[in-house]
Amino acid sequence: MSTKAKLFLYGILLVLCVPFVFPTWWMITSSFKPNADIFSPSLLPSSWSLEPWRQVFELQPFAQQYWNSAYIAVVVTAGTLVVASMAGYAFARIRFRGQNALFLLVLVGLLIPSEVTIVPLFRIFNSLGLVDTHWPLILVPMLGPPSVLATFIMRQFFITLPGELEEAARMDGLGRPAIFRRIALPLARPALGAVAIFTFLHSWNLYLEPVVYISSQTKYTLPQALTQFTDAYQGQLWNVQLSAASMTAIPVLIVFVIAQRQFIEGLAHTGLKG
Amino acid sequence: MSGGSALIRRRYWTTRRRDQLTAYVFITPALFGSLVFVFLPLVLVVWYSLHEWNVLADTFNFVGAENYRKLADDPNVPAVLRATAFFSIGLVVLNLALALLLAVLLNQKLRGTTVFRVLFFSPVVVSLLAWTIVWGFLLQDNGGINGLLDTIGIDGPNWLRSGGTAMASVVVVQVFKNVGLNMVLFLAALQGVPQDLYEAARTDGASPWTIFRRITLPLISPTILLTSIITVVGSLQVFAQISVLTQGGPGTSTTVLVYYLYQQAFQFHAFGYGATLSVLLFLIVLALTVLQWQMRKRWVFHEH
Repeated sequence: MSTKAKLFLYGILLVLCVPFVFPTWWMITSSFKPNADIFSPSLLPSSWSLEPWRQVFELQPFAQQYWNSAYIAVVVTAGTLVVASMAGYAFARIRFRGQNALFLLVLVGLLIPSEVTIVPLFRIFNSLGLVDTHWPLILVPMLGPPSVLATFIMRQFFITLPGELEEAARMDGLGRPAIFRRIALPLARPALGAVAIFTFLHSWNLYLEPVVYISSQTKYTLPQALTQFTDAYQGQLWNVQLSAASMTAIPVLIVFVIAQRQFIEGLAHTGLKG
Repeated sequence: MSGGSALIRRRYWTTRRRDQLTAYVFITPALFGSLVFVFLPLVLVVWYSLHEWNVLADTFNFVGAENYRKLADDPNVPAVLRATAFFSIGLVVLNLALALLLAVLLNQKLRGTTVFRVLFFSPVVVSLLAWTIVWGFLLQDNGGINGLLDTIGIDGPNWLRSGGTAMASVVVVQVFKNVGLNMVLFLAALQGVPQDLYEAARTDGASPWTIFRRITLPLISPTILLTSIITVVGSLQVFAQISVLTQGGPGTSTTVLVYYLYQQAFQFHAFGYGATLSVLLFLIVLALTVLQWQMRKRWVFHEH
């Protein structure tokens, strides 16, 4: 390729980058501006202020809400990994009566978006007295549709494992549970990583469910909390809101930059199977 | 000898049986989840759709097909379906076109494409609400985008508050959020096209455009179909973006089906009618999936 063509390509790529990178940049830099000149079109704040970042914690129990989102996402991710890897392994590697029918039954879950079932699920959780608790936000993703996708991904992975490994372990007298734990699971690390990333982000971004189930401010998750930063007259406190949004986005972005290959391949892989 | 083989056979059967038992134990949580959190609510949603059910008024009466008649007569429903179709089609077309363009650009032999890949992908991992909020901020009447347009002498509209631009704005925000996923899938597909096909076409004097249309596009058609289905089904689930950016307005111009369902069930407390809208959503997703199977058989050039 000629130098001219290369420069031309770089030019196009740089221009195309703007709508992808600029919003995140604008979110972070604007979060340091006073609300009075929040709409000033300068790329960097004229004076940096940490005030909005402090106000985030004053206007809402933000540390508590942060913890809510974090622990829910971790529990859902861990739970999904256990549920999906066990079921995925059994469907892929063990022959049992009713296998195909049961697998089909589980797969139907892929067809049903969680929005379809939210009305009856709300009713069920309501009658169990679990509305305005974190249980629906943990149980539904961990056992419902997202977990079905995870099970499917794990099965597709385990099916590719060579049978000889298991035969050898069996000769050594290992039972199924031990083969699963000591042979299959360690080999499944890439698939587990992909499922973990996808599940964590799904939980971290969950919005409709918290809005439907959670009403106490101390029980809010981050996505819900982010929309609630207003002053006494319901005016939007953009700088505070953008500070909170930055705090939500930056940690994940940092992990992404460190492990970008795993993120990109993992998410593309899970997206592909979905 | 015969005693030995019987022993072996017996051992085989016990292992086999133990295996079966392990399998059932292993699938129990997933199966329980499917039954309780997928099938039970699916059956219930159909059952509820046959009831007039208002939580506030505490009424729950069997009304047969009443809700479905209401659905057919609801003056909002055509507008809601139009908004849903507009969002889905707009998103799929823009998303796939941009994803393909980015993938083709990143597939060039160029230094630093990894960096660009990371940059284009980064919105995928930015929290959905953070991304939506900052775009809502940029799209304000006096926000960053109109500020930018102002410097080149254009008086931009109030993007999220005018009927002509609100839906287009929501689509664009969502395209930039997730196009990176499809871009990566296309990039993998492009890298899977055998190089010797390109060589041969070039020797025959084919133009780059002809090569793209006659070789690249047919060979990546399975990926195009796959990404379009994933994107359409995903687009039907859009809620947070509408809720934060436009609340369905102005008028009903951005009230997509899931948002309407939410309003009816959880704001107006009409659970029976909300369940009916859920059934409609389910039928649409089902129809799209069946369509996907049909298209796979006919249209796609080859299947792995």
